[in-house]
Amino acid sequence: MGSSMTEQDLRNRISDVREGRLSRRAFVRQMAALGLSAPMAGTMLAHGGVAFADATLAYKPTKAGGGGVLKLLLWQAPTLLNPHFASGTKDQIASRIFFEPLAGWDKEGNLIAQLAAETPSRTNGGLSADGKEVTWKLKRNVRWHDGQPFTADDVVFTWQYAADPATAAYTTGSYANIKVEKIDDHTVKVVFKEPTPFWADPFVGAFGCILPKHHFGDYAGAKSRDAPANLKPVGTGPYKFLDFKPGDIITGERNADYHVPSQPFFDRIEVKGGGDAVSAARAVLQSGEYDYAWNLQVEDEILKRMETGGKGKISAVVSGDIEFIILNTTDPDVEVDGERSSIKTKHPTLSDPKVREAMNLLLDRDSIEKFIYGRGGLATASFVNEPKQFKSKTLKYEFSVDKANKILDEAGYKRGQDGVREKDGKKLKYVFQTSINAPRQKTQAIIKQACQRAGIDLELKSVTAAVFFSSDVGNPDTYIKLYCDMEMYTTTQPQPDPEVFLNQSNSWQIANKENKWLGRNVARFSDPAADDAYKAAQKELDPAKRAELLIKVNDLFCRSNTILPLISRTRVVAAASSLMHDHSGWDVDTWNVAAWYRA
Amino acid sequence: MAGFLLRRLLIAVPSLLGISLILFTVLALAPGDPFSEMATNPNVPPEVRESLRASFGLNDPILVRYLRWMAAMARGDWGFSFASRINVDTLILQRVPTTILVIGSSQVVALLIAVPIGLYAGIRPYSLLDQVANTLAFVGFSLPTFFTGILFILVFSIHLGWLPFVYQTDLAASGWRWWWEGFRQAIMPVSVLALFQAASYTRYVRAAVLDVARLDYVRTAQAKGLNPRSVTLRHIARNAMIPVVTLVALQMPIVFGGAIVTEQIFRVPGVGSLLITAMLANDTPVVMAVTFVFACLVVLFNLVADLLYGWLDPRISF
Amino acid sequence: MAPARVRVPASPMRQTWRRFARHRLAVASACLLAILMLGVILGPLLWRVRIDDIDFAATLQGPSAAHPFGTDDLGQDLLARMIYGGRISLAVGFAAMLVATLVGIVVGSVAGMSRRLVDPALMWVTDLFLSLPQLPLLLLIIYLFRDRLKALFGVEGGIFVMIVAVIGGLRWMPVARLVRAQFLSLREKEFVEAARALGASRWEQVVGHILPNALGPVIVASTIEVSAAIIAESTLSFLGLGFPPDIPTWGRILFDAKDHLDVAPHWALFAGAAIFLTVLSINFIGDGLRDALDPRRIG
Repeated sequence: MGSSMTEQDLRNRISDVREGRLSRRAFVRQMAALGLSAPMAGTMLAHGGVAFADATLAYKPTKAGGGGVLKLLLWQAPTLLNPHFASGTKDQIASRIFFEPLAGWDKEGNLIAQLAAETPSRTNGGLSADGKEVTWKLKRNVRWHDGQPFTADDVVFTWQYAADPATAAYTTGSYANIKVEKIDDHTVKVVFKEPTPFWADPFVGAFGCILPKHHFGDYAGAKSRDAPANLKPVGTGPYKFLDFKPGDIITGERNADYHVPSQPFFDRIEVKGGGDAVSAARAVLQSGEYDYAWNLQVEDEILKRMETGGKGKISAVVSGDIEFIILNTTDPDVEVDGERSSIKTKHPTLSDPKVREAMNLLLDRDSIEKFIYGRGGLATASFVNEPKQFKSKTLKYEFSVDKANKILDEAGYKRGQDGVREKDGKKLKYVFQTSINAPRQKTQAIIKQACQRAGIDLELKSVTAAVFFSSDVGNPDTYIKLYCDMEMYTTTQPQPDPEVFLNQSNSWQIANKENKWLGRNVARFSDPAADDAYKAAQKELDPAKRAELLIKVNDLFCRSNTILPLISRTRVVAAASSLMHDHSGWDVDTWNVAAWYRA
Repeated sequence: MAGFLLRRLLIAVPSLLGISLILFTVLALAPGDPFSEMATNPNVPPEVRESLRASFGLNDPILVRYLRWMAAMARGDWGFSFASRINVDTLILQRVPTTILVIGSSQVVALLIAVPIGLYAGIRPYSLLDQVANTLAFVGFSLPTFFTGILFILVFSIHLGWLPFVYQTDLAASGWRWWWEGFRQAIMPVSVLALFQAASYTRYVRAAVLDVARLDYVRTAQAKGLNPRSVTLRHIARNAMIPVVTLVALQMPIVFGGAIVTEQIFRVPGVGSLLITAMLANDTPVVMAVTFVFACLVVLFNLVADLLYGWLDPRISF
Repeated sequence: MAPARVRVPASPMRQTWRRFARHRLAVASACLLAILMLGVILGPLLWRVRIDDIDFAATLQGPSAAHPFGTDDLGQDLLARMIYGGRISLAVGFAAMLVATLVGIVVGSVAGMSRRLVDPALMWVTDLFLSLPQLPLLLLIIYLFRDRLKALFGVEGGIFVMIVAVIGGLRWMPVARLVRAQFLSLREKEFVEAARALGASRWEQVVGHILPNALGPVIVASTIEVSAAIIAESTLSFLGLGFPPDIPTWGRILFDAKDHLDVAPHWALFAGAAIFLTVLSINFIGDGLRDALDPRRIG
């Protein structure tokens, strides 16, 4: 690790923040320099006895209502409204209008209380010293949309509901290994089996929405599909449910009884789904038919042109998502025990670290950022990322065809008659696959051209996203099978903590036939040092030590060049000029929709 | 005629069963997995995914699943969508009115444009109107709807600001404004589809008229000195309608099935967009239900077309 | 329309050719199509710019001396891409049109000539193909056959064969239904009855009398087929079934251009015009052929 910060340093700094000698922002920035995410820095501070900061939108209106209609446009249409069945962001966004968790994440990764009275910390007694217990104090006087009071029973019930494997909730991973106890009507305690440094997972964010026991109580387990409330949600959120047509439109009206005073501003909310990202941006930026469009994975050039009309603006917030390339070090063309790209094989050329090093030099990340992603991403050499101003200083990238050529020359790869390099009859000819998506195809074209100049021939392949990202065991074209020499995609960071995210480097997570390619390690990366550091981090309660260990995993992962990080993605949205909105890369877009207003 | 109808209806049942079996097999074998989101989500343990697969009956052999599907269908149970966990018939019924309205009216508009122009162009080939109609028709089917759709949006919604381009099923207006808004938002999708359709219809009508106009009996009628107008209508138009009837019969199922591209561009919540979303999410019950209804309509309209042939040309027998 | 003038006995082939040559639009169209084809075949010899030279300094430029057709959003030369793409698009368009039309004519005429069993059976197959959901079917085809075809015909050859088979194989049904409908009507007409009475075999009836009179809709269908195939090819590549993403085709250029239509109309213009001209010329050639083949036309 290139940083000189020791564990003791970190401890000192945390106490500096606590005692006001160091600003919270400066601390987060310093942590960022170490490759630590903002939410992690925040949880570290919480453990150190410092409450979370708040980067939410300042709410100006003095009374609730009177704002007219708020119209959101999602180019993927929501298909269901139960947050625990939400299979994608689109469903999470829609259900978050009606349901709320105990706390959500703001754009800087601060934990913000929603149905909780306050966020747990060491000082307020919410966090136990052994890291196994979190006590949540619930907000009083919160009512469900049907007038029933919200209590600790609902929280306990939500745990039981999501943890039951028969319910088959998508959120079950956050609840299966915990116990939740009711202390009194407005206090619950979450008990983890192991000391859990990242405790802000159950009941928090996208996976944390609380369900009303009186509506779902009879429908836990196998009967979960029959609950009428799946289609007619009754929540605590700022808007009450009016109508839902799956795959098309959702409407809601202002919840006059909302638990935050003078919120929400709008009288009605409409979420329309379908279409494509470019025309969604048009409907906000050019024709002004809608107020907000989400997740605009569109070339920035196009967005900039649309913005010139002045009807709307683009805004981007950082997220943990990373667009990266995998160089396959196993052989995709040799079948061993019924699987290709098996770790029992070696790639004829990409298993050579020199070739991988050269490939890393052939990625023109700056051009890809500048001409394709624009505000949609930041060039990076690190797998775990931070906002732009907080970028890791230990991992650097460079684009140099000359250096790549030199490395390949020295490693003995000679150019053949067709201009393609080879050594011992093995040519540097690769199949480079990705999913179908305009920015990705352009990135492929840029990389292909640079490789050509270094004597590497790429055959570009693109697979429709529905197949590429599927887990279909029978299909050879899924990203996880890696039946190609190189592939590129974005991996998302569902929780604002890199631990789960980094399991993509665990040797026991390698995707193979035995685990039906469900392993998370698609790159087939394996390094005992990284494994050891990871295991140590899982047990490590001390936030500073844990951070250091996770940074080590990230460094080993990146320096192996089996993965080549490319672009740290941001969440790009379009909003009407007058709309004051608050989206976060660590939570769903509508996490704080109650506070949106029109200026 | 009655005997023919009865015979054809009796054949229709086994032929639909055969089609449904093949459809089911194709869908079952096609790559993809309804739980793909789950598999890439580190939060969902594989056991949950496996138990869901089992509870949805996805681990059984195809034939068993097919028989189960058919038995349920016979009882009127269409199954439920994997993606939204709602009954499939509810989902489809939500989409049918909009689809019929938008796609149906585009077909009507297309015919209203194409039949008169095609007739005229066919009777007077190489006249000015024929040349103009031809050229426009070629432009019409050289440009795909994804392209004309965007062109329309750029011109009418963004440059001129006359029309909205996001189709909404629940308009906030009421009374005459509701009708007006509904009309305004339907203009662009309907015309994009209608123009594309009209382009090919015009060419077909013209070609059919040209063919018929040269046949002996038309020449006879003309030679007999019959009123040209009545020759056109009684002798030419009637016989030239045979290909048109064929084409319309081919298009009618699409009035239900929707137009995927146009629906995507204008966000029309029709059956087409339901189908494509379901296909991409591998929501097999929805795809199966939509394609099966579609297949029924294909068979039905083929039958209707055959009946109409007999009416248009009484000498046709089967 | 030309009155009979010459009465020299000539071979039917020569007569047909003479009649075709008199159809001026058809001749002009044939020339135009020939120019298009020569252009895409010989073009790379004259215009030696690479199709994949990325130049960020020259993105979305309109036509100029350096780039006669302008550039796309990566600064790639559109003329070079149009020439390269034209080879694929024209080949795919024609081949798929031939497959669809031939299959359609054969199925339609066999169904139209037979009564009892064959007609319902063939119409069942037609209905089945019309009902098949295309997207899952295409994904299934890719899954089952791509690697095998690649092994048989090589990367590009395999894709070409698959695309032609898929487009042709999924689009013959309207032709079949049209042909059958025409046959049902024509087979009862006086001139066919006369031929039958004179002892013409079924084959003679079909080829000599019925088919030539049923060709009108077929020609229209096949012209539409060419443009549909060129465009369908671009949609297929979005399913991963088409050519690799860096290979330009006319349909793909048109698709890529659609989001830049407001600032770079030239991008779409040339691709759209090329498809239009191809369709136009094929149609007029078709019209000319039909007039030339018409057995009752004298001239």
